[in-house]
Amino acid sequence: MSSTEETRPVAKHKNVGMAPEQAPPVAEGPKRMLHFHIMRHDPQDPLSVPHIDVFELEEAAGMTLFIALNEIREKLDPSIAFDFVCRAGICGSCGMVVNGRPGLACRTLTQDLPAEITLAPLPAFELIADLSVNTGKWMRGMSERLETWVHSLGVEADLTRLEERMDPELADRIYELDRCIECGCCVAACGTARMREDFVGAVGLNKIARFALDPRDHRTDDDFYELVGNDDGVFGCMTLLGCHDVCPKELPLQTQIAFLRRKMVKAGL
Amino acid sequence: MKVVYTDVLVIGGGLAGLRVAIGARRRGHDAIVLSLVPPKRSHSAAAQGGMQASLGNVIKGQGDNEDVHFEDTVRGSDWGADQRVVRMFVNTAPKAVRELAAWGVPWSRVRQGDRTVIINGEKVTITERGEAHGLVAQRDFGGTKKWRTCYVSDGTGHAMLFAVGDRAIADGIPVHERTEALSLIHDGKRCFGAIVRDLITGELTAYVAKATAIATGGAGRVYRVTTNAVICEGIGAALALETGIVPLGNMEAVQFHPTGIFPAGILVTEGCRGDGGLLRDASGHRFMPDYEPEKKELASRDVVSRRMEEHIRKGNGAKSRFGEHLWLDITLLGRQHIEHNLREVKDICRYFLGLDPAEQWIPVRPAQHYTMGGVRTDHTGQAYGLRGLFAAGEAACWDMHGFNRLGGNSVAETVVAGMIVGEFIADFVESPAGELDIPTTLLRESLAAERGRLDHLLHHGGREQADTLKAEMQQTMTDNVGIFRRGPDVQRAVDKLQELLVRSRDIGLRSRRDGPNPELVTAYRVQKMLKVALCVAQGALTRTESRGAHFREDFPRRDDAQWLKRTLATWSEPSATLPTLSYEALDVRAMELPPGWRGYGNKDYVDHPDTRQRAEEVAQLREKMQAAGRHAVQAALMPYEQLLPPGLRGRNERIDEKVTP
Repeated sequence: MSSTEETRPVAKHKNVGMAPEQAPPVAEGPKRMLHFHIMRHDPQDPLSVPHIDVFELEEAAGMTLFIALNEIREKLDPSIAFDFVCRAGICGSCGMVVNGRPGLACRTLTQDLPAEITLAPLPAFELIADLSVNTGKWMRGMSERLETWVHSLGVEADLTRLEERMDPELADRIYELDRCIECGCCVAACGTARMREDFVGAVGLNKIARFALDPRDHRTDDDFYELVGNDDGVFGCMTLLGCHDVCPKELPLQTQIAFLRRKMVKAGL
Repeated sequence: MKVVYTDVLVIGGGLAGLRVAIGARRRGHDAIVLSLVPPKRSHSAAAQGGMQASLGNVIKGQGDNEDVHFEDTVRGSDWGADQRVVRMFVNTAPKAVRELAAWGVPWSRVRQGDRTVIINGEKVTITERGEAHGLVAQRDFGGTKKWRTCYVSDGTGHAMLFAVGDRAIADGIPVHERTEALSLIHDGKRCFGAIVRDLITGELTAYVAKATAIATGGAGRVYRVTTNAVICEGIGAALALETGIVPLGNMEAVQFHPTGIFPAGILVTEGCRGDGGLLRDASGHRFMPDYEPEKKELASRDVVSRRMEEHIRKGNGAKSRFGEHLWLDITLLGRQHIEHNLREVKDICRYFLGLDPAEQWIPVRPAQHYTMGGVRTDHTGQAYGLRGLFAAGEAACWDMHGFNRLGGNSVAETVVAGMIVGEFIADFVESPAGELDIPTTLLRESLAAERGRLDHLLHHGGREQADTLKAEMQQTMTDNVGIFRRGPDVQRAVDKLQELLVRSRDIGLRSRRDGPNPELVTAYRVQKMLKVALCVAQGALTRTESRGAHFREDFPRRDDAQWLKRTLATWSEPSATLPTLSYEALDVRAMELPPGWRGYGNKDYVDHPDTRQRAEEVAQLREKMQAAGRHAVQAALMPYEQLLPPGLRGRNERIDEKVTP
């Protein structure tokens, strides 16, 4: 790919005025020229060959990758595909590989990166185009397989009556695991997921841990064993723990996977 | 011709749309949800602070009930709301929280015993009751008499959206992700579904349905500075508008949230102030008590936002290279509280501002936040003008928010409206009116029209650039149709937007592929957004009074005599450059709570001629029926229960209010 890179002209843009969404002030200094090396490919186009395009932008104060990519799209190449929704680190749409590391682009400030910035789509997901991948399809498949919802005993709650009580501490612990935004960074950083197409990933294991903790879900350890007691589940994990390192929400994935593995070993005996 | 058939087509995969689909599915009807993005990425996830429901579990919520929630909401709306709809809402909200609790939302819970909270800048110890231990907790929010906002730390919308999203998966509801409705299929009387574009392949499909529901959220992105996600572009409202028949209600009612971080506009929750955070100016002075001695930082959002801008105008803003702002101080809440209950806020400060809110103040300034207006519907969610078309959530003008929405009432509306409208849609589908009799010529012509529009954009070689037009529209709206509005400024905006709309008919594209083409998407959306923006601006220009979030400096009083009415905007023909406005009067004689002072904000208003008589009637009735209990009084003042679906009519149990089954 590096040869392609050299033969392609560098599209340039000098920054005049304010970016559409300015982030906070940073110390004034000479402005850097940033080079974005962006992986391009349209799998629907039979003529498309994966390659890297390079775009040059002048850095602006408080520039995030959200701001930078939109500027590239507006001023240099209107066809470039990427996904943002909330642009506030909440929705998990903008996972991509930034200089080799999966993360949320919207909350990545260019000031924290070198001037040469390489952006690639998350691996392990179906590529839509350029930096856009189909995490939604993957996550829905995972949810259907693992049945990531509360399984009650079939009795609908009477909504006019007081709600079931829950220990406040336990509610907090469930929320701690419920904070997953399904961004896919853990899957992209996972060695097993690269080798086993059906591996449920840390995102899936964390969900099982979350529902196992929830007293409203009446599934037993045996039920959970049916779902993740195999090599596509908790025994597929090689404990490389890339997932734990890259999780943007800093979920305790390492602990949850270890905990679940012990639980599943017991259930499997 | 590709055609997909279903019973219920839901456009929009956020909380409202998903809950509508679940409701219809549970009544035995097929439902398909269309979503621009994976549904769990919808903007519902960004609701941080919580959801109002009068459970009254915490000690500071004791005595809360539907009546108090009703009055807060109507006052918040500046009497613009449909009071019957507010009643339907407040009676259903506790049921919605309880349903979500059963579905797995990890609501923060009451812990019995003493705890220290910050109230009015002071540390106060309050004692939670033993009988409340383990029930869903509430926090304080603006414009409320009681602590009523149920929450999950500060990730309430996220937790709700995931629980409802997973419930939709459990119920086997297909969500067609990365699809976009381009137009509604209709014959001028009935809606038959939508023409839908696959955002990955570019393919067009006719989705045919007995009932179609618009649940596409707000239109914040017609402004430059907004807390809204990039997908909140008012497209659902535009779909309805472009039928030429269905009106949008009250589009000039636009809420600005007091605490967007400056200058990016990303939201930090009202929970910051609800939990005791303060607003300070450049000199560190806490200024809100000077303006609003009663509610201070916790007046309604429209009032707090105006006071902030007023204070900046007086020269008290903190200066930065991007302009002036004020400070939100939550340091007094302490690190433990921030890291536990306000962790999204902490993350946002850390990643976007590089600061620690436990140590430093947060730079804030009001930013566009919520669209009170939307597709005008009746109390069942049925849109005016086209049978078989419904709307719910922020996309709708149902109308429980009037001219200002209270914090915590929006995620509440999504699920409550979803529960109610979902039932009414199922009723419709089961009724004779729900039967479909659709000529295939209509499908073919509707598909061909959209194909033609796209081909024109892709190939006719127009001279205008879509993103330039969009940026000009956003700047125009932020500059001229913001918190303070003046006739000449708004007129300038209307003129400019009309010019942009005309220019948008000559958009040309640099990138001509039909699949994943972001430039094409911007092009057809900006044509729609400009129409929505024109409804906002023209509505604001014509409404010569100030009500809720709509504030005219040249007409600063609320004028019930002239303006106690809802704006209805229709788009008479495709070539028009302005909406046609008409008005529907609110009936003071039927109000449970006749217009008066809100309890905060401006005390100067013009009464409606019927107000005095109605106020006397209400007062007399209340006195006469004092002994009859609150439900009987309410039923005598403004009966509404018969409007609710039968399954949602029951009374709500509370610790202090037992219900006999």
